[in-house]
Amino acid sequence: MAYSDKVIEHYQNPRNVGSFGSSKEVQARTDVGVGIVGAPECGDVMQLHIKISPQGIIEDAKFKCFGCGSAIASSSLATEWIKGKSVDEALTIKNTHIVEELSLPPVKIHCSVLAEDSIRSAIEDWKKKNGIAIDATTVAAH
Amino acid sequence: MPPKLPIYMDNAATTRCDPRVVEAMLPYFTEMYGNSASRNHKFGWESESAIDHAREQAAALIGANAKEIIWTSGATESNNLAIKGAAHMYAKAPEGQPNRGHIITAMHEHKAVLDPCKRLQREGFEVTFIEPHADGVITAAMVKAAMRSDTILVSIMWANNEIGTVNEVPEIGKLCHEREVIFHTDATQWVGKMPTDVERDNIDLLSWSGHKIYGPKGVGALFVRRRKPRVRLEALMDGGGHERGMRSGTLDVTGIVGFGKACELCKAEMDTEGQRLLKFRKKFETEFAKRLEVTQVNGHAEKRLPHLTNISFGFVEGESLLMGIKEIACSSGSACTSASLEPSYVLKSLGVGDELAHSSLRLSLGRWTTEEEVEYSIDKITEAVLHLRRMSPLFDLYKEGVDISKIQWQAH
Repeated sequence: MAYSDKVIEHYQNPRNVGSFGSSKEVQARTDVGVGIVGAPECGDVMQLHIKISPQGIIEDAKFKCFGCGSAIASSSLATEWIKGKSVDEALTIKNTHIVEELSLPPVKIHCSVLAEDSIRSAIEDWKKKNGIAIDATTVAAH
Repeated sequence: MPPKLPIYMDNAATTRCDPRVVEAMLPYFTEMYGNSASRNHKFGWESESAIDHAREQAAALIGANAKEIIWTSGATESNNLAIKGAAHMYAKAPEGQPNRGHIITAMHEHKAVLDPCKRLQREGFEVTFIEPHADGVITAAMVKAAMRSDTILVSIMWANNEIGTVNEVPEIGKLCHEREVIFHTDATQWVGKMPTDVERDNIDLLSWSGHKIYGPKGVGALFVRRRKPRVRLEALMDGGGHERGMRSGTLDVTGIVGFGKACELCKAEMDTEGQRLLKFRKKFETEFAKRLEVTQVNGHAEKRLPHLTNISFGFVEGESLLMGIKEIACSSGSACTSASLEPSYVLKSLGVGDELAHSSLRLSLGRWTTEEEVEYSIDKITEAVLHLRRMSPLFDLYKEGVDISKIQWQAH
């Protein structure tokens, strides 16, 4: 498997690795949305924590990823892109954008889908915690 | 001083051809290029005598008679010839009829054994695929339990190519001889590395390959027992009747000369080489256990080849690990490294969870592996595992004391 330079760069210097607390702590925080997608037996799990202001602006994002280099690069890129965006803007990010930016080959498209799903899932979690109605189109499709 | 990079730790996939082997082969490209089947001139005689010598060298490595060696294109062909050839020869009913006979093999055999067996299944043979226990070792008792009155063939590999576990081959052979069942073993990872004696070890058919024993690619051999019992095979390839009619086709004289030389070198160097590599393998295993938590050596603790180790590093995905150690050539059981996007069926058959199968690394050592390379690899792999664990959400959950198997994952 030959990786693109961008994938290698993100793998070596992943952006925004981390979390805003343990799984219990972030569950209790209403300013943090948590998205965990994928499954260990499938070989990839992405975890995205996003810190959102009361105005709905993503102030900060942290990721952790168990997966191949493309999965790591996709989630690293996703955190870069959503930081500073409004929740609605973040939801316009599509997996195809990630595929294009990282030059992912067809067998790795799956990784970009996971990254898109993790954004949706984290925003959904934040909305639920804050009693905001979830638009049907924003629910991660599985 | 750091070793020269990249480092080759994938000797179970293939080996470097020994320069002494190449040297032996060279004259047969340009000077002694005769067809070994040409009976009436010097060119033919030279080649024939080279083939005869290589046959002696190959036979000596496994305790066979030179007449019992059939040249092939590699272990895949040897396995196909042994399994299909024996099944068709000893079938209990002609093609198109049911109950043609029963064959025993194991779930974690190489595809070059499994796929011929599956084809025979479609042709009306019945096949039992023995499921290994967690240690990966197939015992004579397991084969005995699978035996039926209509069993015609047992095919059990000597040592597993992914995890290096060693099956009870001599005992299985003894059982087969008592029951008058033909016994084949795919010894590709075993022969040349470990002492082999087809008489003592009760083997009827044995496959091996040149390129796993520091010989050339594209040449293999099949041992076919000639007495007690005399094993007959139906050929896959028809033609000029070469190789006692079992494998027609002009012989690859150059490759066979290399194969013979490779066998001779392995026989001479096996003992010291085995000791040397075992020390390295143990170093890998003890150092990882010391430096990293949640690592697991897959397969039986002792019954394993000296030069191969398969280790799962929990919470780290194999392909990303390979990416982090790209100056070390080795392989992983991770789905992402396979064409099928499925994790290793060998590890799965042992009951290693999918998640640990995704996290596995196979390191296989060889004739040119040095202590410096081993030490460098241990450092680099440890570093990469730690780098990836800092990124791993599963490692965090493990640290928090969460049981990952109890989580409802959103599997795709």
